[in-house]
Amino acid sequence: MENINYAIETNDLSIHYGSFTAVKGVNMKVERQKITAIIGPSGCGKSTLLRAFNRMNDFVPGCHVTGKLLLDNQNLYGKDVDPVEVRRKIGMVFQKPNPFPKSIYENIAWGARINGFKGKMDELVEQSLRSAALWDEVKDKLQQSAYALSGGQQQRLCIARTIAIQPEIILMDEPASALDPISTLRIEELMQELKKNYTIIIVTHNMQQAARASDYTAMMMIDDQRAGGVIEFDDTKTIFTRPGDKRTEDYVTGRFG
Amino acid sequence: MKEETLNIKPMETRGFRQFNLKKKLRISEALIQGLLFFAGILSIFVTVAIVYELGKEALLFFNDPDVTLGKFFGTTKWQPGIGQYGIWALVSATLTTSSIAILIALPLGLASAVYLSEYATQKMRSILKPILEILAGIPTVVYGYFALLFVTPILKTIFKDGIQVYNMLSAGLVMGIMILPLIASMSEDALSAVPRSLREGAYAMGATKLETSLQVVLPAALSGIGAAVIVGISRAVGETMIVAVAAGAGPNFSFNPLDAAETMTGHIARISGGDLSYNTIDYTSLFAIALMLFLVTLVLNLISQWVVNKFREQYE
Repeated sequence: MENINYAIETNDLSIHYGSFTAVKGVNMKVERQKITAIIGPSGCGKSTLLRAFNRMNDFVPGCHVTGKLLLDNQNLYGKDVDPVEVRRKIGMVFQKPNPFPKSIYENIAWGARINGFKGKMDELVEQSLRSAALWDEVKDKLQQSAYALSGGQQQRLCIARTIAIQPEIILMDEPASALDPISTLRIEELMQELKKNYTIIIVTHNMQQAARASDYTAMMMIDDQRAGGVIEFDDTKTIFTRPGDKRTEDYVTGRFG
Repeated sequence: MKEETLNIKPMETRGFRQFNLKKKLRISEALIQGLLFFAGILSIFVTVAIVYELGKEALLFFNDPDVTLGKFFGTTKWQPGIGQYGIWALVSATLTTSSIAILIALPLGLASAVYLSEYATQKMRSILKPILEILAGIPTVVYGYFALLFVTPILKTIFKDGIQVYNMLSAGLVMGIMILPLIASMSEDALSAVPRSLREGAYAMGATKLETSLQVVLPAALSGIGAAVIVGISRAVGETMIVAVAAGAGPNFSFNPLDAAETMTGHIARISGGDLSYNTIDYTSLFAIALMLFLVTLVLNLISQWVVNKFREQYE
């Protein structure tokens, strides 16, 4: 176990909205080039925790974080850390596809350009679209608006634009919940491809999805103060076959939630 | 799943019922529909009536054997009483003052809109927006005297004898200040309407606030901003009091902002306020100017619409 390479670690990470603690005392080590799923009932703070990983919670008024979030031994919540730089290293794909109202090409080129990409843009666009398994579908209409694409294609475009900035980690916030089953399957297949190069953390409502697609699973639950926390974090197989916590077992077997 | 707790009688015990599915007369529905229709048709009727009246009187003007379209559009002196019909003498002043106003109001208005919608804290916004709206509520005659008695003396110290007491620069600048809150407020609404998910998408790519505001949010809000600019231009072209007070009282073909000149609206206000007998060329010429004003506004609106359609980025 000593040689395991962790992409990101949390150290007693808590997230507060004003005086209310939404997520409490999370300790997680996320392994590199694996898919880690975060599951749990609605309102348990899954998305809040995920958004803490790339400091998207900075935009929520009154939100502050205690504890540590370590990427390469640097605390991402340290005083001298630039959140813009954090987000360049940790990309994010959202629940609802949110391509920019620009052309398909520009959707990918824009992020690369603002990140100071100097190479051949056409190549980067093609490569990113290929990695997101979208190239064959859009190669003849790169100048069309991204909104002309279907929901599943838009979501893969959002993955492509994230890949284009070469992050270390890709966060996915229920990336398939707004998609039909076929598009969902394509996203899951894509995740398996992507984990060869990236570390993926995914929040999902869909337990089959977590069971099928992830290597590790974190189970979250709220306590009696309505603060969410990770109650169990283990191999996906263990979580779904012999969970250590009764509440996890109840949840994954569908007894509640 | 819990057991069904609602107590619904079984089908058999409910017995047969006669349904009445006939159309019912709903008086309040019919009434409100009638009222709304009336309100809609009224504004259309008024517009048509104005255009009709303008056209009718303007036709009398153009039917005068002395007036030709060539003179109207081809010369630059306006004095219908002595046979000079060059509309450009008035159009030039309208274009000059309006251009100055837009040059001031567009960048400043957009900047304050971006600040209010993207940068300002909730508290700051709740203080600044009402102030902007108060600015929009100041009567234009006050702006007019502000231009003449405050701005012009300042310009005098800068340009010395180069500037006239009545001048288009002062009127245009103050007109810009007048339409600034309009453009700022409407643009802010357009920016705020851009979904948060777009901003989040940009931030998640490592975009800074400036990159997000200017390269993602602003283009997405462009059609709303375009509408703000169109309303702003129309206000500027149609504005009367400021130019009547501060820009000058005599037609003068000039695009030099330091000169005094009279705009179309200023001219109409001055002439129609004086002694004017019905059916003289002076009288009918006013309608020709008004029609021209209509035309200028229309053309400027079409141009801004075209610009917006060319550059806007539509979401959803």
